[in-house]
Amino acid sequence: MSKIPLQFRHNGRDVAIFVDGGTNLLVALRELIGDMTPKFGCGQGGCGTCSVLIDGELHLSCLTLAETVTGRSIETLDGMKQGPNLHPLQRAFADNFAAQCGYCTPGMLMAAKALLDRNPSPSRDEVIEAISGNICRCTGYEPIINAILAVAGGRASA
Amino acid sequence: MTRHRGRGIASINYPIGMNLGGDPSQALVHSNPSGKFTVALSSIDLGQGMKSVTRQICAETLGVPVEDVYVDTADSDTGPHCMGSFASRGTHRVGNAVMAAAREARGVMMEAAAEELEVNAADLETDGGGNIHVKGAPHRSISTKDVAIAAQFKQGKTISGRGIFLVPLSDVDPETGEMSPATCYAHACLVAEVDVDDETGEVAMVRMDSAYELGRALNPRLVEQQLVGGAWMGVSHALYETPEPYYPDPIHGPRDFVEYLMPGPGDICPHDIAVLERPAPDGPFGAKGPGEMCANPVLPAVANAIFNAVGVRIDDLPITPEKVLRAIKAQGGARPQPRR
Repeated sequence: MSKIPLQFRHNGRDVAIFVDGGTNLLVALRELIGDMTPKFGCGQGGCGTCSVLIDGELHLSCLTLAETVTGRSIETLDGMKQGPNLHPLQRAFADNFAAQCGYCTPGMLMAAKALLDRNPSPSRDEVIEAISGNICRCTGYEPIINAILAVAGGRASA
Repeated sequence: MTRHRGRGIASINYPIGMNLGGDPSQALVHSNPSGKFTVALSSIDLGQGMKSVTRQICAETLGVPVEDVYVDTADSDTGPHCMGSFASRGTHRVGNAVMAAAREARGVMMEAAAEELEVNAADLETDGGGNIHVKGAPHRSISTKDVAIAAQFKQGKTISGRGIFLVPLSDVDPETGEMSPATCYAHACLVAEVDVDDETGEVAMVRMDSAYELGRALNPRLVEQQLVGGAWMGVSHALYETPEPYYPDPIHGPRDFVEYLMPGPGDICPHDIAVLERPAPDGPFGAKGPGEMCANPVLPAVANAIFNAVGVRIDDLPITPEKVLRAIKAQGGARPQPRR
């Protein structure tokens, strides 16, 4: 099978790769771009840890055909940090002990970013709704919800 | 057809670690010429914070800032033997081993400092900020970095220590069958409130209130994190998770996270936790360990709450809507029990 050329923006940088037909975006990001921040959890859209933003919208990269992102802009956790500084969400996750084993964290952060980018002051229910596609085994979600609300509150009062 | 509120309570007595083979763990501590310390372990931190806690224990025992300690874990090629991260044993067993190793290393460090300051090591104390000085004369002082340099390049000493924690094996009394399977117990009590829908059999968590007695909380935020998160593993075992829902018949086993259920962000409820600190005599700085026990009282408390709500006693986990509904039908309807 011939390879398909693919160009898109990855965390603000133009990238060009060749993929086999049918390759999913998660594999393209991890194995061809070398961005290991989106995680492979279940591979069928049930856990959320592969979540990335495509043109600002939250998507499961394991269920996205790589070919469909040509010309689009992909954001992953790898691009969240601003230079040496953690993103406010990353800082809030650390301050609120919102990670234990850390496997769900990349997906949780991307889901949280997608929410706050479109709704800077969400309610608690809106936060719960926004991360409801992501499974966490360790934290019981409470610290994650609190971390996201802390950033939202911080922005609202700023 | 209605939703019934029920409240259940459970208390547990949880042994820390185990008795099999003495349950040993080892630790090695050494200083680098920079005056920083490395703790070598093969114990694994799965995210519960064992790395942070052993770092604190080592720094406190050595009398140096916590920033000056690095914990190297999870590799049996570079760390001494550990039985593993299970049975809530990490803080207690590994912590005790680290403490013993750090104590030995501190002895060498103080001897090396004494040689540099030309005093008796017994007259020295650490300030916890990276300095060693003569008791009552803080100006007669040397930094741990300068001590490490002197030990390495002048005195020819390794500032290092070895530690192991081994529980004395408890034999079974042939007359009574009595033995001591553990040296240290933690305790907890949890009250669960649930709503049970007698039409669908669904159980919703309403709130939890708990008290945990787990020795001294060496890192209170990590303890809280463990108790908050672990309770939901308990709820998950009580209400959702199973690889074989019709065990021993393997039919209808879950194939993915859509069928293998776990609580989602929308299923959680408030949980008020009280941590009671009663230092354990044989724990590092009095610590026991909140590892597994955070999930344990939840299961019986939820089962009891369901009984309180609709009068059915389910003793087969997980307590699925199907089991609740069948049991309610078998007794001819929901029979709410008195609230206490």
